[in-house]
Amino acid sequence: MAINSNKAIKISKKHLLGIQDLSISDVNLILFEAKKFISLNKSKNKKIDILKGKTQINLFFEPSTRTQSSFELAGKRLGADVMSMNITNSAIKKGETLIDTAMTLNAMHPDIIVIRHQDSGACNLLSQKVNCAVLNAGDGRREHPTQALLDALTIIDRKNKIQGLRIAICGDILHSRVARSNIYLLNMLGAEVNIIGPSNLLPKDINKLGVNTFSDMKKGLKDCDIVMMLRLQNERMTSSFLSSNREYYEYYGLTPDKLNEAKNDALIMHPGPMNRGIEIDTKLADDINKSVIKEQVELGVAVRMACLKIFCQ
Amino acid sequence: MKKKYFLNANIIDPHNSIEEIGGLIINEEGKIEAIGKKVNKNNIPSREKFIDLKEKYIFPGLVDMRVFVGEPGYEYKENFKTLSNAAIAGGVTSVVTMPNTSPVIDNVSIVDFLKRRGRDKAKINIFPAASLTKNLEGTNMTEFGLLKKKGIIGFTDGTKTIQNTRLMSRIMRSAYDLDCLVMQHAEDFELSKNGMVNDGIIATKLGLQGIPDLAEKIIIERDLTLLEDFNCRYHVSQISASKSVDIIDQKKDLVDFTTGVSINNLSLNENDVGDFRTFLKLSPPLRTEDDRVSLIKAINKDLIDVIVSDHKPEDEESKRLTFSQAATGASGIETLLSLSLELFHNGSVKLFKIVELLTSNPAKILKINKGNLSIGNNADFCIVDVYKPWIVKKEKIVSKSKNTCIDDKKLQGQVINTFVKGEEMFKI
Repeated sequence: MAINSNKAIKISKKHLLGIQDLSISDVNLILFEAKKFISLNKSKNKKIDILKGKTQINLFFEPSTRTQSSFELAGKRLGADVMSMNITNSAIKKGETLIDTAMTLNAMHPDIIVIRHQDSGACNLLSQKVNCAVLNAGDGRREHPTQALLDALTIIDRKNKIQGLRIAICGDILHSRVARSNIYLLNMLGAEVNIIGPSNLLPKDINKLGVNTFSDMKKGLKDCDIVMMLRLQNERMTSSFLSSNREYYEYYGLTPDKLNEAKNDALIMHPGPMNRGIEIDTKLADDINKSVIKEQVELGVAVRMACLKIFCQ
Repeated sequence: MKKKYFLNANIIDPHNSIEEIGGLIINEEGKIEAIGKKVNKNNIPSREKFIDLKEKYIFPGLVDMRVFVGEPGYEYKENFKTLSNAAIAGGVTSVVTMPNTSPVIDNVSIVDFLKRRGRDKAKINIFPAASLTKNLEGTNMTEFGLLKKKGIIGFTDGTKTIQNTRLMSRIMRSAYDLDCLVMQHAEDFELSKNGMVNDGIIATKLGLQGIPDLAEKIIIERDLTLLEDFNCRYHVSQISASKSVDIIDQKKDLVDFTTGVSINNLSLNENDVGDFRTFLKLSPPLRTEDDRVSLIKAINKDLIDVIVSDHKPEDEESKRLTFSQAATGASGIETLLSLSLELFHNGSVKLFKIVELLTSNPAKILKINKGNLSIGNNADFCIVDVYKPWIVKKEKIVSKSKNTCIDDKKLQGQVINTFVKGEEMFKI
């Protein structure tokens, strides 16, 4: 496989701000590139130099383990110089605005900035102020495009397709950027998407995005090929959304009993980090026959390598 | 001052039911001496010069019931001088200023300061509103009676809403006793908490916390129910949703009250927020196109009495932030009339009606002798080329703050001159 090929790759956008902005050929291009990196990541020598001499800045305003390390590793494997800003010690803590931070970083001529921010639209604002490409690693509750792309890659890896699959996304949809990005992407790729969650955790008019909504989990899981669980985002909850975690688990936690409604070969996914015993039964999460949670993390690096490669050029 | 003669003008003065081509004579004291179709060349001494307006329009000076000024406390956003310059550029000659300043307009001593500043610095008529509660905290009433004696014409907490129902009923009782006008910004703060845009598909797509239309309806419904028992002069400052129109329609026969709407909610909808345009972060938020259309229908059914600019100057720095960090509000006093004329040009509302909602209706609610062209009154008026096309440019905004929400918008109709007390204060 010619990973090092210099063939010009065309993407219709300068930045990766959300799945909403992408065309289906953009998505196919990213997934195609990502597939090529899967085997590289499993090989002995994992490093290539297609981004040699390029500078990648990771700007994470919110705590993150997997996304940040995944982006860092992806950049390094491609040979880029990767700098991860430590926000807690930076000028932002001293009251600098996002635009001023952007201007400062821009003056250092990076080739790509990866940003995660607690405010929806922060990456859009940043992209208007810098010359380089901006990759969104999660903005507020709006989008988390690379997560959706790695989820799609994982599904394709296991099921060989997405078209025609019935996919359930369950849990805290209201606060979830992962849910939104996945809804756009899975719809685009021809899946049927079921949204499951308590009414208090469903965003207004979500059905207008072309999904079926359920507050009864068993009904929503009926004959599903994929069950995507979401983390209960307690840190974003400002007032009473739920009575208790144990009641939530009773009604919306993924248990073997509820999973029986889905197809026999249904796969379980979770973007992590998991709240075991709240949204998912701990044994199910670790069931190697059903859970692809670890594979999601693995393919995450490949997807981010593909995005860095494509948007750096 | 020399006498002034204007002829061949399209005069609209809803207060006096005038809608005709005629002339206007202003006497040496800056007061209206004669007006209407009977004023023609024959009434003018042959040696006097007159201005032929060639059927351009004369409207009474606009009365804008909802204007924020930065003085005192936020002079860097807007002071009385810059506000009045912006106002006359839009044909506005009287404004009600909101009490959301620092300090808050909540006691008699600060009213003296305001009146002095308004008189010395402003070219227009400033009518300060005082707050309903001390320091806008929503707990203790201000001294309605004493403030009224100092010249306060209305009471409101501006951007804030009285949440406590018992307090609201007491405010209404006091306002009834003292014949004071209560102006409520209708928003249930628990329902709208952290909200930034209309709660709906746009909020869901942008990942922003929504403000449900119910937050507005619930307060209006509560207040109008209270009003059945405590019948004071009550005005809903702004409505934005069709649900609010419905409740107003239901209550109109039961109680006396009036309603306002921001020109922004009549002209724009939630789709205009686009890609996180912070200049369109407004309160109440822009809602759906169906809501916007229902507001226009409400105007034509006499359910809405007043159009306001909701002029809220914010400096560039407080808008160059992420959507959730950015300040709320838009500068708009100088585009109020032009944007309102869009409703005339697109056939939504008759011209006479628009002028009524911008002049005589607010004056009547406020019980002030403004917004009319009655003989003997100060000649506050504007000359308008209703058909002149122009484009709004941020850099040409007269207000100290340039946060217009209609940058680059093509409009038809512009103010040519504005006169206050018979003197030309603005010329394009």
